[in-house]
Amino acid sequence: MANQNLISLEQDDRIEAAAARLSMDRREFLQFCAALATTLGLPQGADAAVAEAVATKKRPSVIWLHFQECTGCTESILRAEHPTLEKLILDVISLDYHETLFAAAGHQVEAARKTAMAENKGKYILVVEGAIPTRDNGIYCKIGGKTAIELLTECAADAAAVIAIGSCASWGGMPSTDPNPTGAKGVDKVLGKPVVTIPGCPPNPYNFLSTVVHFLTFGALPAVDHLGRPKFAYSRLIHENCERRAHFDAGRFAMEFGDEGHRKGHCLYKLGCKGPETYANCSVIMFGDAGAGTWPVACGHPCIGCTEQGVGFTKPIHTVAKLKNIEPSAFLPRIVEEKGVGASLGSAAVLAAVAGAAAGAGAMVAKNLGLSHKAEEMEQAKKEGSKATESTEV
Amino acid sequence: MTTRRDFLRGCLASGAAAASAVLPETACARDTLKRPPEGLGLLYDATLCVGCQACVAACKQVNENPAEFTAMDKLWDTPLDTTGHTFNLIKMYRNGTMETKDSELNGFSFMKTSCMHCADPSCVSACPVSAMTKNPETGIVGYDPDACIGCRYCVAACPFGIPKYQYDSPTGKIGKCELCRHRHKDGHYSACAEVCPTGATLFGRTEDLLAEAKRRLALKPGEWTTIPRGRLRPAQEKVLAGGEDGKGQKHRHGWRDEPDQSYQAQVGNYLQHVYGETEYGGTQVLKLSAVNFQKAGLPDLPPKSSAATSETIQHTLYGGLIMPIAVLAGLTWVAKRNVVPEDDDQKGGKS
Repeated sequence: MANQNLISLEQDDRIEAAAARLSMDRREFLQFCAALATTLGLPQGADAAVAEAVATKKRPSVIWLHFQECTGCTESILRAEHPTLEKLILDVISLDYHETLFAAAGHQVEAARKTAMAENKGKYILVVEGAIPTRDNGIYCKIGGKTAIELLTECAADAAAVIAIGSCASWGGMPSTDPNPTGAKGVDKVLGKPVVTIPGCPPNPYNFLSTVVHFLTFGALPAVDHLGRPKFAYSRLIHENCERRAHFDAGRFAMEFGDEGHRKGHCLYKLGCKGPETYANCSVIMFGDAGAGTWPVACGHPCIGCTEQGVGFTKPIHTVAKLKNIEPSAFLPRIVEEKGVGASLGSAAVLAAVAGAAAGAGAMVAKNLGLSHKAEEMEQAKKEGSKATESTEV
Repeated sequence: MTTRRDFLRGCLASGAAAASAVLPETACARDTLKRPPEGLGLLYDATLCVGCQACVAACKQVNENPAEFTAMDKLWDTPLDTTGHTFNLIKMYRNGTMETKDSELNGFSFMKTSCMHCADPSCVSACPVSAMTKNPETGIVGYDPDACIGCRYCVAACPFGIPKYQYDSPTGKIGKCELCRHRHKDGHYSACAEVCPTGATLFGRTEDLLAEAKRRLALKPGEWTTIPRGRLRPAQEKVLAGGEDGKGQKHRHGWRDEPDQSYQAQVGNYLQHVYGETEYGGTQVLKLSAVNFQKAGLPDLPPKSSAATSETIQHTLYGGLIMPIAVLAGLTWVAKRNVVPEDDDQKGGKS
């Protein structure tokens, strides 16, 4: 934590050891830590803190529970490839209970869970994958004779932090879709308290990993929004950073799969893309580690809004999204735009002076006009005598 | 010798003559014109508009208009009003903190500004050379730069401030929306409606659009309903007469094939008024809004058009040249009364 300089860690033995443990060379390991710090949106220098934490801290014990799910979240994390993440899952954290990855079975594995919980009481991280059935006292999902509700309550009691991974654990996900026969609910509803949620179907593995490493580095979970989603990953709509956004703003849309607009990479909004109502960082960090252009929208399929309750698995794919980012743009003109600026004091003074001079001059001219007319008349009168006054009377 | 009494009597007589000539004329005063039955137009729904300005960009593109800069950096097309080079613009009503969309208080709302294609357009009435014309079939108010003499009467006449003159050019023209009539022959309709992502701008026959607007007004705010996008198809799609070619011959064709774009959206909190249904005898572009139309920049207009009023007055006064002849007669009579022959007594030289 103390070390804020990545260069100074170059020669550090601990870093060497950690890199060797993860089957990476030293540079690869430091690059990986820097990438994690970037995903978290941490300031400069935090990469060193992350590297130091990963290298030196005791691996946090993780207990991973599976309920109503498809194991997609686990599969997604296992398939993250830069760098070999399964190494990290097994070596950076101490995965003490995971039904998919454990070779052991039956009472043996249940005993492992109990041991880990007792040994790391109050220190372990509980990760929950899958929704929890609540109807009929939760009998629709049982492990080792215990219902999901019982298991979750038991494991959460002494956990340092609870992380709900995937949309099912976060808000019910696919199992909670109407008519929801098992009464599937998210972790927070069952525990009755807010937990960190990493929604997505599956979620981006780096969002989960970054959350864990944040906990490891700083001893606390990252800042979350009102739904428990880490702000570094879920504070922006997919639409806001979408690579096809310019096409939306210019009104260029794919109207049908395979039409000209679709082939040209136009916006998928009219095909039902849920990017404008889905908070996630897919459009920023992509998905699947297969290089650029490898996330659903880039591949030509509209976003289905898998992270968002009420959107994913609820709204049909072709249904048009409700734009959540309608903002009063500063660029748009007012109904009546003020044109020009008001008179300044100087210009008003000059104008007043000119007006005054003109008025004065006008008055003087008028005065003189009268005088000259009078003078003319006098002259006329002199010439023509009394006749002149008579003739003007007609 | 002319006395004041004589003069006034003369005026009265010529006035009466003029009035008697006028009376039969007033019986055939011009009524406010109606929309043509197959008239085309747009329906703009402010509650659906998201302010993306795709319509502004598309309008510029298809009408080959340049960007207009009002900011120092000259990066974005930011016209403050419709101009000779900006035929369509999204403006924004702003109030207080601008928190809520479509709220008059502490809210904001968008409003499209473009030609309303009036049933009885003032610009057409004011134009002295028929450069502004209203197509009897489509009802599109079109502009012919070859006929235009550049007097800009249309600019002054329009109650919506739509026709604008290109002051930047020595051979300036009037710029205004013509519903993309130059694209109709290719089966394209108004570009603003073609690109609108939410169907806030909808193209179609005005009669169909009016029915659609009234359907929306009858729904409960917040209710889900089907909102068409792009072009409103009447229940029984007819082959509509499209644009015109240069020779004035009508093409009979439909619009370009397009997939049905209608979608489910929530009904806005509308004011119970379709702007353009009756204003000045109706307009072919209709508007729905949740914010007071006057606050959104649309004038409160009576059902009788100003074109009807002014043309009634003008055509009455000038009908059969009665009024000019009467006035000339009156003036001649007054002048004659005041003329004193040269050989008369020198005293009478002035009146």
